Amino acid sequence: MSAVILSHDKFQESPPGGGPPPAGAEPAETSSAPPSAPPEAKRPSGWNWGAGAAAVLQATLPALLGLGLFIAVWALVAQQSPNLPGPVKTWASAVEIFSDPFYQKGPNDQGIGWNILSSLQRVGIGFGMAALVGIPLGFMIGRFRFLSDMTAPIISLLRPVSPLAWLPIGLLVFKAANPAAIWVIFISSIWPMIVNTAMGVRQIPEDYLNVARVLKLPEWTVFTKILFPAVLPFMLTGVRLSIGVAWLVIVAAEMLTGGVGIGFWVWDEWNNLNVEHIIIAIFVVGIVGLLLEQALVLLAKRFNY
Amino acid sequence: MDKYLQLEHLHMAFRTKHGAFTALQDVNLSVAQGEFVSLIGHSGCGKSTLLNLLAGLLTPTNGVLICAQREISGPGPDRGVVFQNHSLLPWLTCFENVYLAVERVFGGKEPKTRLKERTQEALALVDLSHAQHKRPHEISGGMKQRVGIARALAMQPKVLLMDEPFGALDALTRAHLQDELMKIVAATRSTVLMVTHDVDEAVLLSDRIVMMTNGPAATIGDILTVDLPRPRARLALAEDRRYHQLRAAVLEFLYQKQMRPAA
Repeated sequence: MSAVILSHDKFQESPPGGGPPPAGAEPAETSSAPPSAPPEAKRPSGWNWGAGAAAVLQATLPALLGLGLFIAVWALVAQQSPNLPGPVKTWASAVEIFSDPFYQKGPNDQGIGWNILSSLQRVGIGFGMAALVGIPLGFMIGRFRFLSDMTAPIISLLRPVSPLAWLPIGLLVFKAANPAAIWVIFISSIWPMIVNTAMGVRQIPEDYLNVARVLKLPEWTVFTKILFPAVLPFMLTGVRLSIGVAWLVIVAAEMLTGGVGIGFWVWDEWNNLNVEHIIIAIFVVGIVGLLLEQALVLLAKRFNY
Repeated sequence: MDKYLQLEHLHMAFRTKHGAFTALQDVNLSVAQGEFVSLIGHSGCGKSTLLNLLAGLLTPTNGVLICAQREISGPGPDRGVVFQNHSLLPWLTCFENVYLAVERVFGGKEPKTRLKERTQEALALVDLSHAQHKRPHEISGGMKQRVGIARALAMQPKVLLMDEPFGALDALTRAHLQDELMKIVAATRSTVLMVTHDVDEAVLLSDRIVMMTNGPAATIGDILTVDLPRPRARLALAEDRRYHQLRAAVLEFLYQKQMRPAA
């Protein structure tokens, strides 16, 4: 997006200098752009495709280079260690897996699609309940000094506890694996939402509250017109951190609890010594986490005043 | 009607880590309806504290505050406040910011269309009808302050309290807004209490200038009546002998009688 906008001014001059090197580095990605750049750039009016492509390249080149390097190192390491599958082998395996993501052959053999969806569902339930409890609690802790002092020691004590330490408690109380996994997600993702929402409430500028006081606004109006919008950016930061934590924890929790899910799948493939699948799972977990994060970043941008 | 706003033996102390800090001591002042009074003094002399007391945002340690025969017991929309830093809600448009105040004061008594009219009238008064659907971050500092004034005026307050309303603006914008304020006040016959530390602003706008002594335990040092005829024109006053006398009187108070050790 930004690269296209930039192309109008800053990178107008770049095609002759900036074009050729990337063409050599990433032939697959840029095949169309550099050759056509010089004649296009000289066009007096209209969209400057050459400059646009160069700007896109300039923006994506470092990332592509980094990925390329990563894959190269991976391939090298795989060559030295016979047990670790290389990129090509993994890619072939991934294509095979994703060609039929939603098959079902009994409870322990389901497509990757089902595994991802099950994990997302657990995260969704655990995280959703954490939001339902954590955000209102954060509001109250931020608003009432007494409550804040009351909960501060508990929060500082429990927040640094490793998520998996909660699993036995969950198993004990719920006597089932699935609720225990959800419980772990809940308890580990609730803290950032409580803490950030409370911080947001405390950081509402005194001026806004004075406006409310001078106007003698009713409590509900104060909440909808002042408190909530003022806290929203902080709250969304908390939500973003929480969902990150939740997704981080799910793999470990599922490894221990079993069932259907990306974490269990990793463990299962380890037992089958199917290392390609483990690597695929790592990428899948990373990509899904990235998408969740980006979705929330976009949402947060919408509410940034 | 002579004593519309009354302050009697007002005493204000804050509790701090190092014991009680007396900000104001024995402040007595009465303001007539329709009068424009400025509060001037060095920083830390309790001008803003006094204004916050009138707004009801603070409660005095001792003494009485009366507005239109009623004791001030808390904030209320009968006293419109223009804050120093405009205090507009950034997630609302200019229109919505003003409408919030209008709805609070006139909502329930008047139909929605009338409330919207009132909001538009207030924005027209400060010459901002064209920017009503913009959000605060999309307009200039002077425009924000004008929205703040429109919000306060739209409530049709008994008293308009202004806390250094133009302090954060550049000189040209400030002069322009002062002229507009003079017109608005003449048209609405508002009673105004304004905190400032701009001597020219005080002389230009006020009927009386209340000069505060230095804090702690500040009080009213002197009150100067500005007997310049209205309407006042900035350019004509630049040549006016009386204007310069009054200006000199305020300066003398501030820089001789209340000399402040270099801060």
